[in-house]
Amino acid sequence: MLVQLSSMPHPIAIHIHEGGDVNEKPKVSEPKLVLRDVNFYYGRAQALFKVNITVPKNQVTAFIGPSGCGKSTLLRCLNRLNDLVEGARLDGTILLDGVDLYSSQVDVTDLRTRVGMVFQKSNPFPKPIYDNVAYGPRLQGIRTRADLDPIVEESLRGAGLWDEVKDRLWESALGLSGGQQQRLCIARALAVKPDVLLMDEPCSALDPIATGRIEELLFALKDALTIVIVTHNMQQAARVSDSTGFFLMGELIEFADTKKIFTTPDDRRTEDYITGRFG
Amino acid sequence: MHRHLDDELKSLKAKILRMGGLVEEQVQGALRALVERDADLARKIIDNDRLVNTLDVEVDEDALRLLALQQPAARDLRFITTAMKISTELERISDLAENICERAIELNEEPQLKPYIDIPRMANWALQMVKESLDAFVSGDSDLARRVCANDDFVDDLTHQLFRELLSFMLENPQTITRAIRITFIAKYLERIADHATNVAELVVYMVEGKIIRHTLGR
Repeated sequence: MLVQLSSMPHPIAIHIHEGGDVNEKPKVSEPKLVLRDVNFYYGRAQALFKVNITVPKNQVTAFIGPSGCGKSTLLRCLNRLNDLVEGARLDGTILLDGVDLYSSQVDVTDLRTRVGMVFQKSNPFPKPIYDNVAYGPRLQGIRTRADLDPIVEESLRGAGLWDEVKDRLWESALGLSGGQQQRLCIARALAVKPDVLLMDEPCSALDPIATGRIEELLFALKDALTIVIVTHNMQQAARVSDSTGFFLMGELIEFADTKKIFTTPDDRRTEDYITGRFG
Repeated sequence: MHRHLDDELKSLKAKILRMGGLVEEQVQGALRALVERDADLARKIIDNDRLVNTLDVEVDEDALRLLALQQPAARDLRFITTAMKISTELERISDLAENICERAIELNEEPQLKPYIDIPRMANWALQMVKESLDAFVSGDSDLARRVCANDDFVDDLTHQLFRELLSFMLENPQTITRAIRITFIAKYLERIADHATNVAELVVYMVEGKIIRHTLGR
């Protein structure tokens, strides 16, 4: 029997940032993703060590850390993209709305519908803009223009791209600028109505204006979605995220409110990294 | 790893120290002008306030530049924002030294009401607090900063004591009222100086520990 992840009841509310100092009021938020003792291996090489994180619902969570620290690996565990890597193995538990993602009963296609992903380099299909967005819904069996049109419009609006492309929906997506292509990829991810959006360095190839648009988009999207973003740009993490996790050599060193991480981190290694004292 | 930012932070710290030294001299000078009834010195101190103001603006400009261009985080960020605020506190202390000199000049125009005993004591306490709060800033010593905060009550007590004494003068002889009020003002200025030193110390606790203890939060 397949478990429909989206139909599971919500777990109880929890306090994020427990035991904080007297100056901080605890934020109450529902958990969306819960990771318990997650270890991950590429063959014999261990890439993640006992990671425990609770990703709150309807918030932006950022993972930061130097190259090779495991943050992208972890992101890819969240929609089982690593299943496609030869010799990759995960132990520990990852719960999405309380359901174990790695249970044999989970339909991976259904999971990737619920947990969408946007990559570092925009990767639109060499097809018209419209077809890029309609691609996922069509796979789900939605065929008629009457059904697809509103989905395409809503998704493009959601990605802040509608006004720029509404008159050229049938032109190739490859004619769009880099920033527009990246927003198109976000629209494509939104079209299947995910609850979680994973973003792996979504702005690293974009200019500051396009980056600003995507960052603004994150604020708008988090009302409906839970967003997990991996970024090398610490100022970006500071600007857009509610919580931040700092990774180092496969270990989660510190996870807390973004405000705390960037003003008064607890761990010296976090502080050294965000102040550029590393190495 | 060497960071260009470290050099910048060091020079910002040096500027705060220079300002602190200058401000201590202003308060000491104001006291001497009062006790020794030296109006020339008082005028010199009033004039020197410009130097402190210039440094205050420089610290602000340096700090703003670092915030805009270096995007500091964590302890760097706390250091820079603290430096900005400390500079404001020091500038206010210098203003109060200037106020003491203004009252001293006025008092010099009349015979001395009484020998100054409590005023120099208060001034020494206040100066000690200024000095120690700056020491705490330089060495990042939040324990010392907390001890400075604790001294504030003592200066407050001295102010009240002096006020009661001056009140008795005024009740006995209305001729003394103008002078007694001027001395009361001076006591109040010294008490304010101790308050500003306390603020500096509280800022140092934030800089070192990331804890806000101002307004009796989290003491």
